[in-house]
Amino acid sequence: MSLSSRSASLRKWFNRRGWIKITIATPYIWLALFFLLPFVIVMAMSFATRTPTAPPFSFGGDYPVMNTDHYARLFSDDLYIRAYLNSIGNATFATLMCLLIGYPMALGLTRVSRSWRNVLLMLVILPFWTSFLLRVYAWMGLMGTNSWFNKLLTGAYNWIVPSDMALRYIPMMNTGFAVVLVTVYSYLPFMILPLYANLEKLDISLNEAAMDLGSKPFQVFRDVTLPLSVPGIIAGSLLVFIPASGELIIPSLVGSSSRPMIGRVISDEFASARDWPMASAVAVALLLLLVVPLMIYTYYDGKAHEKAQKEAT
Amino acid sequence: MSEPATNIGAKVAQFPRAAALAEKEPPFIRVEGVTKRFGSFTAVSSVNLEIRKGEIFSLLGGSGCGKTTLLRMLAGFEDPTEGRIFIDGQDMTDLPPYERPVNMMFQSYALFPHMTVEKNVAYGLKHMDMTASQRADRVREMLALVQLSDFSHRKPHQISGGQRQRVALARALAKQPKLLLLDEPLAALDKKLREATQFELMDIQDKTGTTFIVVTHDQEEAMTLSSRLAVMDKGRIMQTGTATEVYEYPNSKLVAGFIGSINFFDATIRGVRDEVATVDAPELGATVEARAIPGLTPGQQITLAIRPEKLTISRSKPEGPNAISGKVRDLAYFGKDSLYRIELPSGRVLSINSVNSRRVGENERVADWEDAVWLSFDPSSAILLKD
Repeated sequence: MSLSSRSASLRKWFNRRGWIKITIATPYIWLALFFLLPFVIVMAMSFATRTPTAPPFSFGGDYPVMNTDHYARLFSDDLYIRAYLNSIGNATFATLMCLLIGYPMALGLTRVSRSWRNVLLMLVILPFWTSFLLRVYAWMGLMGTNSWFNKLLTGAYNWIVPSDMALRYIPMMNTGFAVVLVTVYSYLPFMILPLYANLEKLDISLNEAAMDLGSKPFQVFRDVTLPLSVPGIIAGSLLVFIPASGELIIPSLVGSSSRPMIGRVISDEFASARDWPMASAVAVALLLLLVVPLMIYTYYDGKAHEKAQKEAT
Repeated sequence: MSEPATNIGAKVAQFPRAAALAEKEPPFIRVEGVTKRFGSFTAVSSVNLEIRKGEIFSLLGGSGCGKTTLLRMLAGFEDPTEGRIFIDGQDMTDLPPYERPVNMMFQSYALFPHMTVEKNVAYGLKHMDMTASQRADRVREMLALVQLSDFSHRKPHQISGGQRQRVALARALAKQPKLLLLDEPLAALDKKLREATQFELMDIQDKTGTTFIVVTHDQEEAMTLSSRLAVMDKGRIMQTGTATEVYEYPNSKLVAGFIGSINFFDATIRGVRDEVATVDAPELGATVEARAIPGLTPGQQITLAIRPEKLTISRSKPEGPNAISGKVRDLAYFGKDSLYRIELPSGRVLSINSVNSRRVGENERVADWEDAVWLSFDPSSAILLKD
């Protein structure tokens, strides 16, 4: 077989099978290298023992196979439990707020004219063009006791309440409120965009059909738009909830130091306490806390689909 | 369609077309001077319509003629800029869609994808004053009407296009509306299914006695389905009448040209006597006779129109007043009929449709390419049009 015909047949095989394999493999290789491998390292580290060496951990010693002390500490030290609860609670509340604010915005985007829609979508994305850190600093400035924003709110508050309850300023910085406010502000586009993508696909004649069959506008929303936008609600909520629960910068910069957050705890264990195994254990536990419910949901959702398919045939 | 088409004819006979019975009643639906403007564009222009109870009425026209806008105004999705709409004597113009005794079958069917067939049909009933068991009975009755009882627990994406169309129909009929609007009801079906469904629609209409208004761009569909139809163009109604009236007695070149095919000739009136007009038609190369219409004066410019199937083709000169000579330019054999394109001495080409009522061999045709032939037509078949 000559060289040219061999390369031709190779090219043929490649055209037939190769491109498909490469296209499928690329994201998996990426995930394996930059997600699975680091995760395995962190996982392994969580079973190591802290040492005063560099790197500050080692395997073996008193614990020949695995050191599970760190996981035990997660449950014994209430700092961790409080931090988890604070973070999850915070992320849940922020996700709900994003949904309440983002849903009408996304729905509105689908109802305006096409030219307006592009302008408004641009405005939703626009904050991404500024550094996230800068935007948090901007909020710190706004919430500070001497800012015009704080004075405006204080003035409005004092105007409403009786004079003996008047305030000199509203304490916003370093509170749970500040964390939720900045989290909602930062993650709102992650709620709006998947919701918009979902709502935009819905056929407007479905709404007309419901109205034609006797439903008032609110009933049309409840019976048609809302159930059909559940995939968008789930996607948006996950995109907000997952990063919000591990958020480090926002609680560090505007939060209260007396309310521990899990992102902060991981960072502190890692950098200040130089306890890498403990930091790893906290991180692994957080991941499990977020991923396991998601896996259960996906499993049952897939089963329901299968069942529906089976009924159809 | 699980039911063979032969049964449908018997059923139609059993339920005589309601429109014929309602001839003397006052109009059930009245559209009075309705105009709809979108900015500077006039979609519907001073339309007047009277539709009787139990009719299947078609709005026929090309795309952009305003037929869908008119339908949407009847449903309440658009407000007329001017004019009023009455249904069963009540002014509906300012009522929202959910308060009108009108239901619509959408062109895309607009079935709720997250609900089963049964839930789709039941959707409109929850707003009605009925008990749960009455509701269930009505749903069952509707699904039986469209022969989908076995599919009640399927979701719309689990059934075929034809079945979806019938779910949409059952859902729209479930509330027993006074008026059912159908937007291109058969457009999404393939040709074979469309024919069967046409008869099924008529059958269901006869059973329920509901007044139907159908929007369609398909003239055959309009002619088969409807008791009467209106031809629309540029937002106006050009002519209203039965299929026969509109086809055989069109009132304008536009209507004559839109429904079926037709040959037009410029002509001049020479004289009128006993309901028959004598007409000079230079393009035909002859003076011919045609059934007169009111208000003709000698010397008047007019359009003479003849449908292809009203012309007879022969090799020898026929008896009678309307004989034209020509030459076969083209012929197309379709089996049941043939289409001839005849070139006249004036250079004009006209179309003739001739039914092949006898079985003939390859070389025994009435006429072949380049043959000299004679054409004739009955004076009553020629249409005179003022515009």
